[in-house]
This record gives sequence, structure tokens and C-alpha cells, in this order.
Amino acid sequence: MDKFLKDDVHPKIIEALLKIDTGVKLDDALDNEMILNMGPQHPATHGVLRLVLRLDGETVMACVPELGYLHRGYEKMAENMSYYEFIPHTDRLDYLAPLSNNVAWVLAVEKLAGIEAPPRAQYIRMMVCEMSRIASHLVAIGALALDVGALTVFLWTLREREKILDIWDILCGARFTNSYTRIGGVANDAQPEVLQKVKVFIEEYEENLRECEKLLNTNRIFIERLEGVGIISAADAIDVGLTGPSLRGSGVDFDLRRTKPYMFYNDMDFNIVTFSDGDSLARYFVRADETRESVKIVRQILDKMPKGETMLNQPKKVLPKKTEIYSRMEELIHDFMIVNFGINPPVGEVYHAIENPKGELGFYLVSKGEGHPWKCKIRSPSMINLQSLPQLVKGHMVSDVVAIIGSIDPVMGEADK
Amino acid sequence: MTINELIESKLKENFKDVGFTFTTYLDELTVSFNKKNIVEVCSFLKTNPELEFLLSEDITAIDNATRKNRFTVVYHIFSLKNKFRLRLKCDVDESDCNIDTVSSVWKTADWQEREAYDMYGIKFNNHSDLRRMYMPEDFEYHPLRKDFPLLGIPGSLSLPKK
Repeated sequence: MDKFLKDDVHPKIIEALLKIDTGVKLDDALDNEMILNMGPQHPATHGVLRLVLRLDGETVMACVPELGYLHRGYEKMAENMSYYEFIPHTDRLDYLAPLSNNVAWVLAVEKLAGIEAPPRAQYIRMMVCEMSRIASHLVAIGALALDVGALTVFLWTLREREKILDIWDILCGARFTNSYTRIGGVANDAQPEVLQKVKVFIEEYEENLRECEKLLNTNRIFIERLEGVGIISAADAIDVGLTGPSLRGSGVDFDLRRTKPYMFYNDMDFNIVTFSDGDSLARYFVRADETRESVKIVRQILDKMPKGETMLNQPKKVLPKKTEIYSRMEELIHDFMIVNFGINPPVGEVYHAIENPKGELGFYLVSKGEGHPWKCKIRSPSMINLQSLPQLVKGHMVSDVVAIIGSIDPVMGEADK
Repeated sequence: MTINELIESKLKENFKDVGFTFTTYLDELTVSFNKKNIVEVCSFLKTNPELEFLLSEDITAIDNATRKNRFTVVYHIFSLKNKFRLRLKCDVDESDCNIDTVSSVWKTADWQEREAYDMYGIKFNNHSDLRRMYMPEDFEYHPLRKDFPLLGIPGSLSLPKK
């Protein structure tokens, strides 16, 4: 049957029809403001983030991000367990880069306890931190591409990431939750096989990244969905507390590896990548280029890595080797004391932060001289970065929200601690 | 003049009535003062052209449990210009459990203060949106207080209605 057009019906009939009170609102739904819940089950909300959006048509007028569906109480738990026991829990914060969380924790504890790991251990830590950065950024790049509709790149970046996880498998016996660092060093030395595999990986990496970039950087859909979307100025980005690639995408040259150097980053030659546009595309470019800088750093680490011990010889603070525990009484006693009563750093407080893939990961520890921290605060970059979402999404379309979330790369395990 | 001395002299010069305590531990400078001066001191530290503490890294609290001033609100702020981190501390008593918000100084303080409010129950006066960060709005307790048990309180978190 043909559809009736307005001109087919007498105007008076239409007038009469519209006067009837049906209880149904006849206004166009897209002309009105409406409230939309995105997440926690929406795949674009990367875990358990919930966004309450106020929409006018498809345009976002306002946004309220809500956290609080995963709260595991890690700070409370840290205050009730020894410094050693908390190492595996740091894996579960930013679970895309567990090793750099491990490093951040032990560096904070070592500073508080007044000890320092031997140089070889520090070099290995730097190596795993940079490899974690590559692994994490690969997920960020792939997931961002996936969010705007490109599946292939996601598969390719995960393929690269898998190679890193294979290296972790040999290095510390676990692919995902590594718990590799120890207070005063690392769990075990990096075997020649690991160093060889790392070398092969970094030799091949740039070519493989270029392959992924070929699919993205000239892809009109990818560029147009990110360019000019979710812009934040440098001043606003600092004000809202952004750190990491999200901040450097706005042109701010802030990287703790240079600003507050830790380990041996001062001896390394690398550039801080910044892009000045402050949009989602700039944040993607920062991440891609940062992995190249990480490759540069890892190459130098492999060249410069000194030989020697990977654990400090400090029996009151550092766990003895397992073989020694089984054969020597002193070591057995130290192991028992450290495991049961902790390392008891002196009374004091420390805030130590490192440049994690997502931004500044800091641990604020207060010690009262006991085996466990009196206070532990995790300054997690994902949580603070998410605070910028209302500002970033305002005025954009609903589908842009997905791209913007991907561009700030939150990990909810860290945001929700 | 080192940056520590610069901060010390600037603060003493501009806030003659405020009793500051400066302590340095492991090369980290901490400034303690009365909570009623928090907003003006923070504004000064942010806007002074020689200091420019533009980034508020973290705001949290410590529950001292048995002490008279039970809570201490702790601010970590960073000067990109001087590459220097400063810790500010203000004591808050349990009977008068509030402090002025600094979200007008740093926007990021908004969420950081909400988290401290959620976890310790310290109210931030004049905060525009003081909601709980992680816990449900009707949850009566503040989990990071020392008197809150590690295993939680059975029944305190009701299941959603069917």
C-alpha cells in the first residue's frame, strides 16, 4: 500500500488528529535531550567503566564517568600484608604491563628501606619496563583501531605482543602475571636465551610496526574518526591531571624518565615524544613513536648491561636464594623472619613514581617501622586520566566517545584499584 | 638558593601568620600547616611564577588512628618548571572532619578529593560534586579507616533489589 503523504490528507483532519490526547509524545525523539547509559557491559568501555551521557540527538552534551564495579581494596590489603607479599598484587593493577608495576612498587619500597638493587638488576628492570611499554602500547594501538572499526591491526599488534609474553615465559615462568621483581633485585637473572630473544624482537619490531602503520596512517576512515576528536589543550591537560602519552599528545614534555630520572635512564639516549594537536590521533601517534624510543632504549640496555649479581647482599632486607635456604641455617632464619615479620623499613614516608605506559604510577608509603606499610596510596594513571573524559567527549557524537576512550587507554584494574 | 630554600622563604614571606613546619626526609620536602590556609597556600604555590606547581599528582589522607588529630590530608604537587615534587600536609580532627577543597586550584583535585572522602570520610568544603568514588552512595562506612575491618562488615553492602 502506498504511504499517505501530508498533501493527501486534508489539513483539518491532520489538525484534529494531532489534537487528540493519546498520552504519547509525538515530538521527534532525536530533538530531545536524553540520558544514555554506556557500560559497564558496553565493549567500548574497556572493562567496567560506566558512562552516563546526556545526549541531544547524537551529540554528547554532558558525561559523568562512574567507577566502582571492581573495587578490590588493594590499598587496604597493602596495609595488612608485608611489602613482599604485595608484589604479586601490583601485577593486577595495570594488567597489560604487570612488570612495570612490579618495578614501581619495589623502587618505592627500596627507597623507603634505604637499599638499592645491584646495577645488573636495575638494567634488567629497565629492560622489562620498556618491553612492557611496548606490549601495553601495542594493545592500546590495536584496541583503538578496533574501536573505530579496524580489526586486522588488532590481530597484528597482539601477534607482536605475544612474542613479548613468550619472552616473559622464559624469563620468569609466567606470561601474564609475572611478579618478577624482588625487593633488592629481581627473582632470577636474565638468561642468555632471553636476551637473545629480546634482541631478535627489537630487530624485527620496527618493520612489523611499520606494517601496522601502513594500514592505519593512510586509512581515511581511521584518520577522520580521530583527527580533531577529543581535543584537550596543554594547560587543560595538566589541570585535569593527565599524564603519560595522553598528556604528551597535548604537547607537554613531561616524562618522569627524564623529569625525575630513576634507575639508569639518565645514561640512556632517547627522545620524549610529543605531539601538539592534543586530539585522539595525536595520542595514537605518541604511543606508536614511543615504542620506537623504547626499542632504542632496549638496544642500549643490551649493549651496556653489566655483569654481576642480580640480588643485593643484605640479609635483613632481601630474601635469600632458595638453594641456600635449604642448606644453611642462617639463610633459613632470615627467610623465616622476612616472610613472617617483613622487612621493617625505618619510620618515615616516601612517594615514588615511575613513568608507566599509561602515565605516572606512584606509590605513597608511610612506614611506622613495622613489617607492613601503615599507609599505602596508589596514584594510578588510568583513574586520573579518566577524569578528563567529560571534557573530551563534550560536543562530539556518541560514536566518537568510543574512539576517545580508546585514545586515553584506560585499564580498569588500575582505575578501580 | 636551592629549590627547598626558595619554597621555604617564599612561603614564610607571603604567609607571615601561618605556622609552617618544613621537614625533609629522603630528599622529599614536606610542608605542614593549618588546614584553614590550604586554599590560599595552594593557589600561591600554583600561581607564583618562580614555583608554578601546576600539577596536582595525588591527594589522599592518613588515618593516624589513636592520635588527637586523627587524619592528615596529604597533597603531592609537582612543578614542571623546577622538576620538583612537594608534599603538603594538613591535620584534620575527627570531631571537625572537614577541609576546604582545592578543586578550584587544580581541576584534577575533584576526583582525588572524592576518593579521599569516600575512603576516609573527610568532607571537602565547597566541593561542587562530593559523591563517593568507589563505594555505593548509601554505604555508611569508610573502608580505609583503621577501624574498618579488612574482611569488611557482613551485611553492610546490600545486594541490588530484584
